[in-house]
Amino acid sequence: MAESVASGGPAAAVGTTSVGRFSGIIKSLRRSPAGFIGFVIVMLLVLISLFGPIFTPSVAPNVKEILLPFGSPGHLLGTDNEGKDVLIQMIDGGRTVIFIGFLAAAISTFLAIVLGSIAAYVGGGTDSIVVMLADVFLTVPLIVLLAVLGAMFKLDSPLLLALLVGCFGWPVLTRAVRAQVLSLKEREFVEAAKLLDMGTLRIIFVEILPNMASFILMNFMIGVTSAIYALVGLYLLGLAPLSGANWGIMLNRAWIAGAVFNDASLPFILSPIIAIVLLLLGLVMMTRSLEEILNPRLRDR
Amino acid sequence: MSGAVETSTAKLIEGPAEERRPSVAGRILNSWLLRRILKALLTIFIVTTGTFFLVRLLPGNPVDTYIQTQIAQTGISYEAAAAQAKNLFSLDPDQPLIQQYGTYMVNLLQGDFGNSLLSPGTTVAQVIKTYLPWTLFSVGVATIIAFVIGIVAGMIMAYRREGWADHTLSSIGAVLHAIPNYILAILIVVFLGVKLQVFNLTQARGSYTPGVHPSFSFSFFNDILYHATLPILAYTLTTVGSWALVMKSSTVETLGEDYVTVARARGLSDNRIRTGYVGRNAVLPLFSALAVSLGFVVGGAIFVERIFGYQGIGFSLFNAVNGRDYAVLQGIFLVITISVVLANLLADILYSRLDPRIRVGSKAKG
Repeated sequence: MAESVASGGPAAAVGTTSVGRFSGIIKSLRRSPAGFIGFVIVMLLVLISLFGPIFTPSVAPNVKEILLPFGSPGHLLGTDNEGKDVLIQMIDGGRTVIFIGFLAAAISTFLAIVLGSIAAYVGGGTDSIVVMLADVFLTVPLIVLLAVLGAMFKLDSPLLLALLVGCFGWPVLTRAVRAQVLSLKEREFVEAAKLLDMGTLRIIFVEILPNMASFILMNFMIGVTSAIYALVGLYLLGLAPLSGANWGIMLNRAWIAGAVFNDASLPFILSPIIAIVLLLLGLVMMTRSLEEILNPRLRDR
Repeated sequence: MSGAVETSTAKLIEGPAEERRPSVAGRILNSWLLRRILKALLTIFIVTTGTFFLVRLLPGNPVDTYIQTQIAQTGISYEAAAAQAKNLFSLDPDQPLIQQYGTYMVNLLQGDFGNSLLSPGTTVAQVIKTYLPWTLFSVGVATIIAFVIGIVAGMIMAYRREGWADHTLSSIGAVLHAIPNYILAILIVVFLGVKLQVFNLTQARGSYTPGVHPSFSFSFFNDILYHATLPILAYTLTTVGSWALVMKSSTVETLGEDYVTVARARGLSDNRIRTGYVGRNAVLPLFSALAVSLGFVVGGAIFVERIFGYQGIGFSLFNAVNGRDYAVLQGIFLVITISVVLANLLADILYSRLDPRIRVGSKAKG
């Protein structure tokens, strides 16, 4: 899904135009209506998930209120098959999904930046090894690997999950960062920095990388989308820890309980679906308008 | 846009390098092909080796776990449990590791992946042979359909830029691109299966109707198509959006190329420019994305096949995961990965036929 666009699209444009910095990105995002709507959706969901749980009462199973329909008094989205309020679970359930998504994307973005820039800057054997590793990791289907790992070892902490998903998400961005650094390192300002004897690390992180900030941001969001996809998928298959409540666990429980076959239980399965789709859609809309900003040929002429 | 930016754009797009070197084409093709095949073999070698050490070395690895549970549950001696494990995993836990590794590799080369834990008497190779073709069939058909629809829709979007067709198709494409395949599959079950009753979900389970004998007849083909419809629909819908969007941006890029302007100036017909000049060049980046996408779609089979009850490799993978059938898990993982490596190789060869620049171009290109 996200990966095919990332590697296939002509997205890998330069970040050295006038919109290279974050302030410029936000400004351009506001000019593109779709991107701005996406930004608002994602921010709203993040804020609700972060601060909503402070105000919600705790949910407890209640045998008397099983599968109340949509719009029941006191239970706006009805209740699930254990009598728990769906709306409250929705508000409480975003945290883990969003947190793991962003953490995993942060890990893979970090790995990609470090590996990609070092490979391009150092070159030689290091470069070949990184490129080869990226190719190998790119071939292994992430979901299948996670399923196998989930069966062999206990994936019982969200942190571990984020680490795993993050550790396998780096190849696409690594190749792109490598390509960008390869071209940027020939520029005059890098030559100048070298002449000033600034040190490899400083040249990479202070001189070269800020030029590709928006490009990295775009790939970070693609990373969030694929991490959330993998995570919710693992929950749906029951391979991630099913304690607590989040959108993935709700989806799993609703599917196992056969909620699709009963009108009264439809809100119970459709609620997490709508939340996940909204979050992913918001991220995709942001990514797409960033892509248009980065690639001037796609913009209106 | 300045000249400096222009050159770096060309380098940054992970496409072929722009330079053409007129040299002995045959020799270069051979060496490129050889390099590419060696790379595929090396990838397979790394993945199989990595899997071996994952299964054998990490703390809490399946072989040790299996031996421990056998001892705990049935009270047999360590030797007896180790003998069972040896039979099951096709390796001897008491040998030195390097020797185990050698046996494992030799067994893999002979197509011996060990035996299934859940269904005794069945080899992993048999399990794979029964289930894999159905996944290849449904994923393959869906990929072709999505690819073709995506190309057509993408070109329409690019040609009617900022028109209503572009806006409508772009929005649909973005929404489809954003929805994960398992969620789309659930929505298909809810709306097409339960609400509108277009499909009989119980009848459509499985890869063909029980009792029907596989044969080369129209009725059998009809039957497997009926069972594969829902998975194919799910795969197609989830991938067609990204194909269309990639095709759109690629076509827009191509439309800006000088050779298109020249073709127009020469007064060539719009039709000829659209297919011969724009389409053929714009479709190239999609081929390099095809390989990555294939791995993704095959991986998604574990969700889609489970939701529809379609008995392909994803379905058996899910069963193996749930039953902790390690030998089958390892076998399916290896077979899927190797299929993806081979599909990559095939896509690259196809790509190099379509775009000769790749054969003389950079080594960095996958």
